[in-house]
Amino acid sequence: MKALRPLVWLYLAAAYVFIFLPVAVLVAFSFQDGRLPVPPFRGATVDWYAKVLGDRDLMAAMGNSVLLAVASSAVALVLGFLAAHGLARVRLPGAPVLRLLLIAPMAVSTLILGLGLLQMFSHLGLRPSLMTTGIGHVVLNLPLCFAICFAAMGDQQKSAERAARDLGAGEWQVLTQVSAPMLAPALAAAFFLSVTFSWDEFIIAFLLTRFDVTLPVEIWSMLKSGLSPATNAVGSVVFLVSVVVVVAAEALFLRRRA
Amino acid sequence: MSLAAREARLGWGLVAPALAWTVAFFVLPFLGMLALSFARMDGREVVPALDPGNYLRLATEPQMLGALVNSLQITALVTVLSVLLAYPLAAIIAFRVPRRWQRLALLLAILPFWTSYVVRSYAWLLVLGQNGVLNQALDALGLGPLELAATRAATVIGFVHFFVMLLTLTIYANLVQLPPNYARAAADLGAGPVRAFVHVILPLTLPGVVTGAFLTFVLCIGDYITPQILGGNSELTLPQLIMLQLGRSGNFPFASALSVVLMVIVTLAWAATARWVRLDRI
Repeated sequence: MKALRPLVWLYLAAAYVFIFLPVAVLVAFSFQDGRLPVPPFRGATVDWYAKVLGDRDLMAAMGNSVLLAVASSAVALVLGFLAAHGLARVRLPGAPVLRLLLIAPMAVSTLILGLGLLQMFSHLGLRPSLMTTGIGHVVLNLPLCFAICFAAMGDQQKSAERAARDLGAGEWQVLTQVSAPMLAPALAAAFFLSVTFSWDEFIIAFLLTRFDVTLPVEIWSMLKSGLSPATNAVGSVVFLVSVVVVVAAEALFLRRRA
Repeated sequence: MSLAAREARLGWGLVAPALAWTVAFFVLPFLGMLALSFARMDGREVVPALDPGNYLRLATEPQMLGALVNSLQITALVTVLSVLLAYPLAAIIAFRVPRRWQRLALLLAILPFWTSYVVRSYAWLLVLGQNGVLNQALDALGLGPLELAATRAATVIGFVHFFVMLLTLTIYANLVQLPPNYARAAADLGAGPVRAFVHVILPLTLPGVVTGAFLTFVLCIGDYITPQILGGNSELTLPQLIMLQLGRSGNFPFASALSVVLMVIVTLAWAATARWVRLDRI
């Protein structure tokens, strides 16, 4: 076994190189002082960031993405939380089927979700917009929010809710003053995870928006004009935003739990 | 009203909004898609019908069937490779990295998971392209260029990169839940490390592995971006074919039929692994 030890660390190192290689290349060449984001490296500049941050279309797309992510995640969280509360508290006939139905969209490719909605909306005469994309993103994130909330509802909470009810609290008061605060870490985790998924989602947004596109769709159209350090710069910014959201969620989650 | 009836009404009231949303924007669109997949195209007009022609077309035209086969091959290869690469990584982090560094090691191993999905494939293009980092490095070493961009290999590398991170996470979560006594007990009973792994650790981590593999399969076979950016147009996958039908010819019935087939494949994969995969427990 001793002989294996260096191999173990070699494997770990190789894995990290593989995992970080594309990100490192992406970020490094976002500072490229030249037209092409490939070697040789011609010196560092932040011009591409200035160009990207001054680009109106890109900034509009980024605004759309933020709005979409926050709004659709909030709706998905409320729906998921209420459903989880209902299914965890009350014994309903056919509960396992209901649970499976609510989880099912998670196992379906986003292409199918998007295509189905596109056809339905065009049948109903609804134009593609940020709104229709938001409807799709709620479908995408509802299973996740439901599953996280449902898994977090334990017995301890059940007794706290019963105590509140015995003391005369109405169902709304129980929900907002007992259940939601007790579940705050899980709710936050579900919300932030949904935000990152929606922020990054491409195919539903591509199929269901026309003019008010989101950032991934805008990046996609940038790609079509070939390699450019500007794309690296946008990609690095998006990465940074996601990492900040994830780290913030993790910090929040850990602090509450501690 | 009795207490039980009031309880039930409350329960339904709480579940109703989510249920209504899922039925209206998931179940109904899918049923619509199913109906549309049996429709015919008359020029650019969709004619409602009960025609299995779209499915027959997939089964008989070599290009269409080829896309299906490509998708299945790529997905199978990616799933197997990702599990094989992720398992040792998860095990090293769980058993070899000191406890206080484990969280950091794991966080680092999945950090690039959060790069934008479109950008991630683009970044691999910068690495694997003709003038990319890899070829320039090989050139410096006096080795010939590798033609990787716009090949299946590039698609597979891009996919494996993503799913290794996902699987490392699910397998690690499984490994750290194992009581350390089990491995020790196996050793006390005379099992070598290999036997202890094969007979004790591996079976206990199978649910995590299978759940991760199922997610890999589903996400991989339905993905359009990675094969489109990295595979170029060297070969088509099923999602690329679906997008082509939407864009170029506006053939929604055929795109619907292809989507239904995709859905059936995913359902079959779920049925095959349902013993281990608990979607409601993720």
